[in-house]
Amino acid sequence: MRQTTEAPWVRVLLTALALSYLVLFLVVPLIVVFHEAFAAGWRVVWDAVSEPDARHALWLTLLAAFCSLLINGVCGIAAAWAIARFRFPGRRLLITLIELPFSISPVVVGLLLVLLFGTQGWFGPWLIAQGLPVIFAVPGIVLATLFITFPFVVRELIPVMEAVGSEEEEAARVLGARGWHILWRVTLPNVKWGLIYGLILCGARAVGEFGAVSVVSGHIRGQTNTLPLHIEILYNDYQYHAAFACAALLALTALVTLAIKSWVEWRQERALRRAQAAGGIEG
Amino acid sequence: MSITIEGVSKRFGAFTAIDRLSLEIASGELVALLGPSGSGKTTLLRIIAGLEQPDEGRVLFTGRDQTGVSAKDRGVGFVFQHYALFRHMTVAENVAFGLRVRPRATRPPASEIRTRVEHLLKMVHLEWAGDRFPHQLSGGQRQRVALARALAVEPKVLLLDEPFGALDAKVRAELRRWLRDLHDATGVTTVFVTHDQEEALEVADRVVIINRGRIEQAGTPDEVYAHPANAFVHQFLGTVNVFRGRVQGGSLIVGEGDITVVRPHDIAIARARDERHPLAARVRQCGIAGALVRVDLALDDGRRAEALITHQRARELALQPGEAVWIGFDEFRTYAAPSPVAEPEYII
Repeated sequence: MRQTTEAPWVRVLLTALALSYLVLFLVVPLIVVFHEAFAAGWRVVWDAVSEPDARHALWLTLLAAFCSLLINGVCGIAAAWAIARFRFPGRRLLITLIELPFSISPVVVGLLLVLLFGTQGWFGPWLIAQGLPVIFAVPGIVLATLFITFPFVVRELIPVMEAVGSEEEEAARVLGARGWHILWRVTLPNVKWGLIYGLILCGARAVGEFGAVSVVSGHIRGQTNTLPLHIEILYNDYQYHAAFACAALLALTALVTLAIKSWVEWRQERALRRAQAAGGIEG
Repeated sequence: MSITIEGVSKRFGAFTAIDRLSLEIASGELVALLGPSGSGKTTLLRIIAGLEQPDEGRVLFTGRDQTGVSAKDRGVGFVFQHYALFRHMTVAENVAFGLRVRPRATRPPASEIRTRVEHLLKMVHLEWAGDRFPHQLSGGQRQRVALARALAVEPKVLLLDEPFGALDAKVRAELRRWLRDLHDATGVTTVFVTHDQEEALEVADRVVIINRGRIEQAGTPDEVYAHPANAFVHQFLGTVNVFRGRVQGGSLIVGEGDITVVRPHDIAIARARDERHPLAARVRQCGIAGALVRVDLALDDGRRAEALITHQRARELALQPGEAVWIGFDEFRTYAAPSPVAEPEYII
């Protein structure tokens, strides 16, 4: 640890400032959510989260999250591997494009999807004619979630893959391993914690996504409502307790995710230290 | 299995790593590829392994063209410079990897794999380390695991990239002898890359000196050491003094013209000028260099030379810094072509 030279009162002040900020904007809202949810008793909370519309919203949220984890996981591994292993023209551009969802407002993403797949959109009329509506339907919600959460896995994996290097993959190849074997037995185990970390971030974002999904969903209760949209509707209907009950459910998933994330971070750090020790030059 | 390299070239962008290089390696030979960093020796090794594709030329194993044969099907053992052990696998799993990934038809049963792994670990004196992870081992131990892993698949060719580069001097010497013994015991065709001339001369049957993607000379350690083909080889095989000068009537006229290379132990020092010691010099410093004594000399025009003399001779001369002496060359070689290496160490 490096010794700071600041006076004690400066350190105390700065720490207090950071802590009060944290309490004011993070801890207090969380307490409020849970307090409001349980203010009317357990019964109300249970009714709010177990009524059919809420259950469907939860199911749809989990479905969208699952799709984004699966597809972004697979595509993320492929993209990160290609970017980390090869130098090709357009590599920088590809990285920038992958990060695009971070910098675009989710509402714009939703509008983009409407422009592409809406009734007046480029592909919309044809898809609707085929009986595959995207906008105001489940595919649109999944697509919006996919787009928003795409960067997480790739962003986490590129630095990890670059740090691990390609020598172990080459060693496996010379030893006669086929591509599939190399992926399962060498590449993925080496980036395991980075991948899990990326998936956690991806999942957390997918569960909480509001803006883009709100535009493409159409807010049809029991059909195209995700949990965040359901909460908004309940709130606008003055069903405060029900809204807070659902919000508490969402907050709970966030807290669980946070706990898993910290644990993974700890494991990843340990793996990294080991890797550094293993790659180190013998003194 | 013999290896034939036929007119192989490899470029990375504008940089030519290998330049129309041809080489024949006999079955069962232990060959060192020796060269400075960036000379293309590692690239050549990777081309033999199939980890790089040559832009031109081809590689043959016992007459069979390997172009288009994937690295996984070439049946070579490769030991990487930094070992490239699978960090999430135990030592035993590392060694077993090459056998476990075989297609079902050629994969030995699990019990046989276990026996073979035990046998290999015993051979590299690591029978106790099977359950350890690579990060729990020292550099020399990791190196031996890497060797066991490469040998597990019973390769027809063993390729080693700077196998002892990252180890300390004592472990190096030990592993060198061990590699030599291993080669003599298994008889597998072995090629290793090194930038250390001592290592190459000590271990290999044949030394191939590579510079700028071309072969400067290939031959037995005795041949290349006693008869360097050019100034580069001469300079690369140990510390030397490089002089500009020419031979006239059996003696050397120092000053300009051809390049003359003198090994430090071929410089003779005397107190008095005579036929064998015609050049004036001044002692700058003396120091013990193992079995010999190193004498730093400055010639009249200030240029430096390095001599190695025996401890006995040093006692006889009792040289002190600043003293004037006379020197001569017992043996030297002159080369007409300008030296292709970067700045020579000493020019007079």
